[in-house]
Amino acid sequence: MASLNVNGQVRTVDAPPDMPLLWVLRDLLKLTGTKFGCGIAQCGACTVHVDGAPIRSCLMPISALEGRQITTIEAVGTTPAGRKVQQAWLDLEVIQCGYCQSGQIMSAAALLAGNPNPDDADINAAMAGNICRCGTYVRIREAIKSAAKAV
Amino acid sequence: MSIFDKLAAAQADETPADETEADGAPRPTRRALLQVGAVLGGGLAVGFLVPVGKAAGPGTGFAPNAFIRIDPAGKVTLIMPQVEMGQGIYTSISMILAEELDADWAQVSVDHAPPNEALYANSMLGMQATGNSNSIRAFWTPLRKAGAAARALLVQAAASGWSVDPASCRTESGQVIHDASGRRIAYGALTGRAAALKPPTDPPLKTPAAFRLIGKPIKRLDTPAKTDGSAKYGIDALPDGVKFATLAHCPVLGGKVAHVDDSQAKAVPGFRQVVVLDNIVAVVGDHMWAAIQGLRALDITWDEGANANVTSAMVMERLKAASNSRTGYVAKSVGDVGKALASDATQAVYQVPFLAHATMEPLNCTVHITPAGCEIWTGTQVIGRAQKTVADVTGLPLDKVIVHQHLIGGGFGRRLEYDMVTDAVRIAQHVDGPVKVVWTREEDMQHDVYRPSWYDRFSATLKDGKIDGWKHVLTGSSVVARWLPGAAPNGKDFDAYDSAADMPYDIPNKHVEFIPEEPPGVVTGFWRGVGPAHNVFVIESFIDELAHKAGKDPVDFRLSMLGKTPRLQAALKLAADKAGWGSPLPANCGRGVAVQPTFGSWIATVAEVEVDAEGEVKLRRMTCAVDTGIAVNPDTIVAQLQGGLIFGLTAALYGKVDIEGGRVQQSNFHDYRMLRIDQIPPIDVHVIPSGEAPGGIGETGAVAAFAPLANAIFAATGKRLRSLPVDRDILAGRKPA
Repeated sequence: MASLNVNGQVRTVDAPPDMPLLWVLRDLLKLTGTKFGCGIAQCGACTVHVDGAPIRSCLMPISALEGRQITTIEAVGTTPAGRKVQQAWLDLEVIQCGYCQSGQIMSAAALLAGNPNPDDADINAAMAGNICRCGTYVRIREAIKSAAKAV
Repeated sequence: MSIFDKLAAAQADETPADETEADGAPRPTRRALLQVGAVLGGGLAVGFLVPVGKAAGPGTGFAPNAFIRIDPAGKVTLIMPQVEMGQGIYTSISMILAEELDADWAQVSVDHAPPNEALYANSMLGMQATGNSNSIRAFWTPLRKAGAAARALLVQAAASGWSVDPASCRTESGQVIHDASGRRIAYGALTGRAAALKPPTDPPLKTPAAFRLIGKPIKRLDTPAKTDGSAKYGIDALPDGVKFATLAHCPVLGGKVAHVDDSQAKAVPGFRQVVVLDNIVAVVGDHMWAAIQGLRALDITWDEGANANVTSAMVMERLKAASNSRTGYVAKSVGDVGKALASDATQAVYQVPFLAHATMEPLNCTVHITPAGCEIWTGTQVIGRAQKTVADVTGLPLDKVIVHQHLIGGGFGRRLEYDMVTDAVRIAQHVDGPVKVVWTREEDMQHDVYRPSWYDRFSATLKDGKIDGWKHVLTGSSVVARWLPGAAPNGKDFDAYDSAADMPYDIPNKHVEFIPEEPPGVVTGFWRGVGPAHNVFVIESFIDELAHKAGKDPVDFRLSMLGKTPRLQAALKLAADKAGWGSPLPANCGRGVAVQPTFGSWIATVAEVEVDAEGEVKLRRMTCAVDTGIAVNPDTIVAQLQGGLIFGLTAALYGKVDIEGGRVQQSNFHDYRMLRIDQIPPIDVHVIPSGEAPGGIGETGAVAAFAPLANAIFAATGKRLRSLPVDRDILAGRKPA
């Protein structure tokens, strides 16, 4: 049994220590907002926050997460940066199929939480790990800038 | 018989459509309901509810046809015949229905249609399918009529209650209004009376000047739930007690299972069982990690079969041989091509590779087989075919197969197939209780149905600075022949030569011929942009060659031959103007242009690039002008072109599936690369106002990317790329063009 702090709650799961966080979230805790895309940290669809930092949950074994605060897309709206990013995503109509967007929003929220006024290079550095097959990148960039301006 | 006639006939007995099929058979009552809180102006809405297990029928209320339900509280549920995979169709369809219905947009929610070919077939595909950019084109008129008919009944119900002439009433925001007496009544209060009335067969439609929704950038209905993780894709289905499975096909395409040793897998925590079928091995576990680890722990011996010597180079050689030795289906013949090409013809050969779909949501299907029937949960572009394959595998009648449709995390044509459903049901037959079968990314990429590779031969002659003779022989796989048997006899495959046979230029002597040649062992499929994604690349590249041969500016050269397609001519002028065509550029930079007459939309695109000494291509700017007729939701059109261009640019710059030893070599995003945000230039899309009937848009951006890019690279480097993806070695001079 393993104990994890997910979205402010302590959750106990029957999972082996090498099990990636992604599958614990999706299959055991039924938090399906975090997505499986590649399994090798190439696409960013599985991005969550650990102590506020964006990580790829598909390769993160739960044994490394004891005592850490895990935040997923389901709860990122409770943070100021997450809420602003979600609203900007709607205002600028970023989303198409939406499958990658949990990960995009988590990466963007982490960026804004640490850097309230990112420039294009900051956005590139923070977001280049997140693939969008629908090609919503133009609007993602605009939405991050819009969220940064939001009070 | 149009779809509207069919549904009118089906509903003639005024029985609510929720309760019976057109043939009177009971309709599945357990299906996923999808409710979307609709809020204008970008506010957060309530998100998706999936009350699986509840009866979906309204019980009371007004269901005048297969697309509209109004309950006594005034809530309007619109039934979506086409599936949402990012293209914004749920919003556009709802806008069309709500427009003619004069519904209160804030009260509109949407529901996936169940499988029912009689009610929901796409008239342009002849089945319940979403593809080929034809949702709006196929459903524009039927949906307007459905909305208008419902509105007419509500007006009639109100007027009879008030004892006034229906013509003296008007409607607005979910109410019938009688101005002369100042009375108004909400649609919800009229549902009982309206349900007893017979729908009119030819209700009057609004004039475009009266549109309140159509033509406005209405916020999408599906996006709020996609920002907070609550949207449900097929891969998110979690029926009670579900187990998790992943699978392996033979790495050699078409191979079979010879032997499986599962002794090591049993030690994997959470492992449940191995399922061995003739061509698949699956491992079932308590979670996906157990399934993945279990599959890795298996020792599988494969019977590689007949395709172990297939290579993509061999496939291209076969295409070349067929192109040079066979004749095909003549898709277009005008004038005297033999005479026109008799002397001094310019010739070129173009080649494009196999491509994978790589949807972000890996293939998946969840299945529960019980003594009473079978339920599946998946996102599919072909819900009727999905239902039928379940029936075929299980031997159940169709009415015992329930398909829970879901949002799709990228279709691009991959989910026009149902192999992932068939596989999952075959696995589930060996599993007690529900099982979710999810493909790994590697399995998804290596067992795709691939965009065909193509070999194109051109010859053309010029006269007075214009094209006089044009011969185009295209050789490749006929996807339609496999996907819709009987629809493409002897190479008469409308998709294969779409935008080639009907190229927009006024050329007096023209010959377009398609030679079908199937690659051994490789199953080919539709891929975003379909036929035109290939044809517009090769044609518009060769047109560019001819422009330079003629000593003409590429824009002027095209304009001079587009006199019979004024909408395309206008799009080209606008795109060139907005892109600053002809204005100076820094060294090593260039602009390229292309036009396309595809999917009922007229589009011109200009790419601007820089090529460095290492042959790396930097995208500087993309400019696109589109005339798609009435723009139902102009913001969706801009988004589709922005995204579609990136989809196409990704393929042009990186896309290539190599086959060696019958095995697909690429496996994941490290070796099947995608463009990322740091590589994306400004993309300007200009929507041209139009009163023409709406065209298609979802495929068009992908089509629009390839040729402008290649032509811009030529402008920057003088190097003509006649094969894809872009070869950096050629651009850097390490290899001849």
